[in-house]
Amino acid sequence: MRSRLRRAAREWLPAALVFVAGIAIWEGAVRGFGIENFLLPAPWDIIGTLVDDWGELSSAAFFTFREALAGFVIGCSAGFLVAAAIARFRLLRTAIMPYAIAAGAIPIIAFAPITNNWFGVTGMSSKIAIAAILCFFPMLVNTMKGLTSVPASSIELMRSYAASELTIFRRVRVPTSLPYVFAGLKVGTVLAMIGAIVGDYFGGSPGALGVEIRRWVGIFAFDQAWAGIVLASALGIVFYGSVAVAERLAMGWHPSVRGARPE
Amino acid sequence: MSEQAVVSLRNVTKSFGAGGVTALQSIDLDVRPGEFVSLIGPSGCGKSTLLRVVGDLVEPSSGEVIVNGKSARQARRDRDYGIVFQDAVLYDWRTVEKNIALPLELLGWDKGRQTERVRELLELVELQGFGSHRPWQLSGGMQQRVSIARALSFAPALLLMDEPFGALDEMTRERLNSELLRIWQASGSTVIFVTHSISEAVFLSTRTVVMSRRPGRIAAIVDVDLAQPRNADTREEPRFFELVTEVRDRLREGGLDEESTAPGEGELVVSEETP
Repeated sequence: MRSRLRRAAREWLPAALVFVAGIAIWEGAVRGFGIENFLLPAPWDIIGTLVDDWGELSSAAFFTFREALAGFVIGCSAGFLVAAAIARFRLLRTAIMPYAIAAGAIPIIAFAPITNNWFGVTGMSSKIAIAAILCFFPMLVNTMKGLTSVPASSIELMRSYAASELTIFRRVRVPTSLPYVFAGLKVGTVLAMIGAIVGDYFGGSPGALGVEIRRWVGIFAFDQAWAGIVLASALGIVFYGSVAVAERLAMGWHPSVRGARPE
Repeated sequence: MSEQAVVSLRNVTKSFGAGGVTALQSIDLDVRPGEFVSLIGPSGCGKSTLLRVVGDLVEPSSGEVIVNGKSARQARRDRDYGIVFQDAVLYDWRTVEKNIALPLELLGWDKGRQTERVRELLELVELQGFGSHRPWQLSGGMQQRVSIARALSFAPALLLMDEPFGALDEMTRERLNSELLRIWQASGSTVIFVTHSISEAVFLSTRTVVMSRRPGRIAAIVDVDLAQPRNADTREEPRFFELVTEVRDRLREGGLDEESTAPGEGELVVSEETP
């Protein structure tokens, strides 16, 4: 137990020290050089605002997080399903894959004003759409790579047992592709948050985080704006972390998760 | 004779692509029940392809393949054979036990019977106590033993083995050769075994099929009349060396047969050691 604590400390302590030092330098620099509040507020002021305006801030952040989460679920599911279909049918693959890869290079965020026209400015759906489209392509490409990177002998083994395509998909292709699928999901968490907040910037319902950050900047409430950014980052980290934890749970068998051989 | 043959190949030819490489040409072969037949030949002679044709994993371009008295396709659908590849092909997300039980799951055996059978098999391949390990926690030799246990799990009458010990060191290979012979005799199954080691082919088989370079043809069949059961002493017998020499000579003839090969190249292609 004690050695586990010590190991955990050794693993986390350096990062924690850097964090504390970084905050201290930030605080010191702002106070020491008299940096203007609109350029960079001191961490302590941001923390104070977080505490004072917690109700308003958290409800805004949670609103935008719901947009991101909905977009994430829709975009990743669609990406997975399309990848599964493409992996199964070679014709679809040759027909669609070049465009899927090319589409990954399109700056989707530039479409945010357009999706507002399509799905309504004030509703959640236009932001959900942006987040979903952002998640879709990395999920598609990653899942596709995972599903088709199965060694030929793994498939031959299943065929020697007269296993159906569906059985091979469930029992071999999906487990083999899990590391790729989770890579796609983790990228998706970050993109979904970016998509939702940027979607808010182009207009959205009052009370959404992106809308509020713009409004606060407009009325020179930089402490609030910074507190909103900090909260959005924290949510993004929690979001990413939850997928990372799910990955560990789903792939406890994987050598990369379990570490080296025990012997 | 073809009535009782476990595997019967008639004029089997396989070419890849349109007008492409001919991997196998006019193969005729009968494998009788209980035989241990080795396929040996230089790299690229089509011996692995031939094994996959028997297992209906590769379709021949022409010719007839009969397994257990039916078409190769039907035999595969009836799960008439077990297969072992050069790499163990174990699924990392399954424990050793679950890997061995995979074919039993697909056959719909009930849990209790599966557990019982897996226990027997772990004993057979001497891996008791490793059932709940993950494949990547085992050495290469142990992984290959798991793969053999999986192939034997549903007691198929026919075992197809594609250079199963090719990636292992010489000492592990010799030990597993002896284990395989013990398992073969205990199970009474028929084995077709692809190898490029002459001594392995002679030590294991009742017949060694020598294949020529591309296009793959049967250059010769050498009957291996060493007494059973075989053990470490078998490798010291004069007859063992005579047979090794004979197989090597047949391989050389097969190698030099190839019209496009520079003279002498055939001799370099196959050595007794793993390349």
